[in-house]
Amino acid sequence: MGRWTEAATAARSAGPPATPLPLSATSLGCGATMASSEEDGTNGGASEASEEKEATGRRRRLGFLATAWLTFYNIAMTAGWLVLAIAMVRFYMEKGTHRGLYKSIQKTLKFFQTFALLEIVHCLIGIVPTSVLVTGVQVSSRIFMVWLVTHSIKPVQNEESVVLFLVSWTVTEITRYSFYTFSLLDHLPYFIKWARYNFFIILYPVGVAGELLTIYAALPYVKKTGMFSIRLPNKYNVSFDYYYFLLITMASYIPLFPQLYFHMLRQRRKVLHGEVIIEKDD
Amino acid sequence: VEILDAKTREKLCFLDKVEPQATIAEIKNLFTKTQGRSLKDEDVLQKLPVGTTATLYFRDLGAQISWVTVFLTEYAGPLFIYLLFYFRVPFIYGHKYDFTSSRHSVVHLACICHSFHYVKRLLETLFVHRFSHGTMPLRNIFKNCTYYWGFAAWMAYYINHPLYTPPTYGAQQVKLALAIFVICQLGNFSIHMALRDLRPAGSKTRKIPYPTKNPFTWLFLLVSCPNYTYEVGSWIGFAIMTQCLPVALFSLVGFTQMTIWAKGKHRSYLKEFRDYPPLRMPIVPFLL
Repeated sequence: MGRWTEAATAARSAGPPATPLPLSATSLGCGATMASSEEDGTNGGASEASEEKEATGRRRRLGFLATAWLTFYNIAMTAGWLVLAIAMVRFYMEKGTHRGLYKSIQKTLKFFQTFALLEIVHCLIGIVPTSVLVTGVQVSSRIFMVWLVTHSIKPVQNEESVVLFLVSWTVTEITRYSFYTFSLLDHLPYFIKWARYNFFIILYPVGVAGELLTIYAALPYVKKTGMFSIRLPNKYNVSFDYYYFLLITMASYIPLFPQLYFHMLRQRRKVLHGEVIIEKDD
Repeated sequence: VEILDAKTREKLCFLDKVEPQATIAEIKNLFTKTQGRSLKDEDVLQKLPVGTTATLYFRDLGAQISWVTVFLTEYAGPLFIYLLFYFRVPFIYGHKYDFTSSRHSVVHLACICHSFHYVKRLLETLFVHRFSHGTMPLRNIFKNCTYYWGFAAWMAYYINHPLYTPPTYGAQQVKLALAIFVICQLGNFSIHMALRDLRPAGSKTRKIPYPTKNPFTWLFLLVSCPNYTYEVGSWIGFAIMTQCLPVALFSLVGFTQMTIWAKGKHRSYLKEFRDYPPLRMPIVPFLL
């Protein structure tokens, strides 16, 4: 057994475990909206700064089946969101208006966005190194927007704000899933990595704006119809007011959005600028 | 072998007399083993596995607060808050209901049960519990109080609401629920006393708890943490008594948290004691 000599003591602050927000996450993806931001390494088996190296390392630990499935999943999702993008462009070119756009793409959108629930399972079974809670929150917020707002509150479907977040989500997801696909295949073109860590700067605030404006537009209708709400008296002595729930949801963007955004900016600096330094040494 | 921190280049430690044949894995082991083992206040320097010099690693745990303070604060809140709703203090319900009283007997019973529960907890904190750690991180008091006070307000709001609906099966349901509640409260208290008696005053020793003459402690035969089992039972009883969904949700959340704690406790019992009774499950007999 070795003898220990005095060494510098490391005084680290070890408080309670990190909160479930993605602050403790490694680099986040090109999340254009709050709903779409996620941790690096999600669902692609790729991880942070030394991405290519660690991607191989991770894949060596991932079984063949897991790699094959994740590759298929990410290719399928890239394709799905590409189809959505093309459908949206075609609609606008043919009709010249955004009215009716949501209706024309809603089935595809719902299918692929709901399919993303699988990403939670990927984290649960460990083939993706992200926290279940973080992924859960992110996917849930997307599901919330699609099913509990645009699907259920029909009057908002023709709002411009819907197009705003749809465009932002589409570009983000295509970039994100192709990033994972290429990482898994070990051939990541620099421009995809560049896109992933730069697009979010614009897309994220744009997407958030789209989502918030859409929820805001939905408020009068929700208040008038009292939808999704339970009033007293009832057998289970509980009540729920969807209108106030939406207000609270909107308010929650205020603390959450800046944290996620600045985290991604930090990750960007680490990944992109870190890479530059290595090249200089070479 | 000199080990430095990769980021700060600080010298972390110096391994003396390492075999040339040692693998990196073994060196890592030597390093992390001393890093990881946290020392107790009572440990004697001479008895520690070090050579003629010892390296102690200091970890700043951040601001701390005593367990007793946290417990008292988080339990006093619900006691007080529930009563605000029970007495229908102004600005909660419509003004015509200020300081009125519910006409349903179950509402009064519920207030007695809820208040009793938290008074019991406060008294146990002051006179019964013996804590392994004196303190916990300061952040916990805000987290815990939000949880307890928030849920107390939420359930109290509905139970004491002028539009409250009493249980579907009436007095029968309430009687059954009350029986469950009382039995589980007695059980929970019995376990707390049994655990206290395991450990002499001021000591921090750990022993396997066993059933005593008190029949409520016989649950130790089947479960490592019967105090949690009884606690969940009490809240299930309260939920049936009030037939209030927020109470059921509170029970569910509490059950989830207590299961995590029970599993951890169970695991550490198994690690510490070779002869730990194999029949025991962490929190639910035979199941969980």
